[in-house]
Amino acid sequence: MEVITIDVVQKAINSFVNEDIYLHLETTNGAYASHFDESFFSASAYIRNARVKYEHGKIIGQGPFRVGLKIELGWVYAEGLTHFEIDDLGRLLLAGHGNDGKLGVALEISKTPFE
Amino acid sequence: MNKERHVLVVFPHPDDEAFGVSGTLAMHIANGTPITYACLTLGEMGRNLGNPPFATRESLPKIRKKELLKAAEAIGISDLRMLRFRDKTIEFEDDEKMTQLIESLITELNPSLVISFYPGHSVHPDHEATARAVVRAIQRMHKDDRPNLHCVAFSNNHEQEIGPADIMINIEPFAEQKKNAIRAHLSQTAWMLEEMEPKWKAGDKIAMEWLHTERFWTYRFT
Repeated sequence: MEVITIDVVQKAINSFVNEDIYLHLETTNGAYASHFDESFFSASAYIRNARVKYEHGKIIGQGPFRVGLKIELGWVYAEGLTHFEIDDLGRLLLAGHGNDGKLGVALEISKTPFE
Repeated sequence: MNKERHVLVVFPHPDDEAFGVSGTLAMHIANGTPITYACLTLGEMGRNLGNPPFATRESLPKIRKKELLKAAEAIGISDLRMLRFRDKTIEFEDDEKMTQLIESLITELNPSLVISFYPGHSVHPDHEATARAVVRAIQRMHKDDRPNLHCVAFSNNHEQEIGPADIMINIEPFAEQKKNAIRAHLSQTAWMLEEMEPKWKAGDKIAMEWLHTERFWTYRFT
């Protein structure tokens, strides 16, 4: 993965506009967060292979970055994105890695279902 | 350590086997006991992707699969079953399906010992769901046919609730296999190894004690 460059990622986001896409969206603080610190409120969520279509999408911020996708009847949103990759299947993989390097958020867009 | 007929190990994530039981498994293998390791997922949702990241959410399972194969080799496990569930979803699977999966492994392999997590004391929801399925499957068997179940427990309150481990195994003669199993899972253990390797090298008392002692709680069926 590379550190996010807005122009490159914006171009990639644009390339999926009005296509049926498969989405992976995830936030996580790790399953052990409350084990290591019992006062920590552990919360996370993920959705894998949601099929949506967006009319418009944008990446914004000064880093870490935010991405919003305007879908037919609503929105997709992710905050804390730091890294990206366009992989060998042409999928846009966005990830947010915390100061310790661990993944905190992921937003991925693909024209074919994820495995 | 008892000579077992066959040992069945059931854990949900690649690397679950490395930390707490790899020395014991290497010892069973040296004893001539066949081992089957059923690993339910490929740890697809792991948070460690390198710093700076060398893996993505999508490439991680491929990396972890290779690591799992390498760890199995380091321990000497020849029968590794990768069961293709997805990380973080075990507790949402149909309970009866999970019970039957464990049952079918037990029927096929006829193990005298099963090793898994301790239900209620293994922290990660996948660990807990795996443990519950293993307990359900064995509980269902006729009392005389049941294999022994040795569990790994590490929740913060486990000693208060279930007491100290009743089985402590000194795996010192197999410490190299254990270290190599932990090293095999490099994508997940790099942070830890950075801290532990110098301590192991220096013979730090607490680090060696951790490395050389594996603890199990015998599950008491009702």
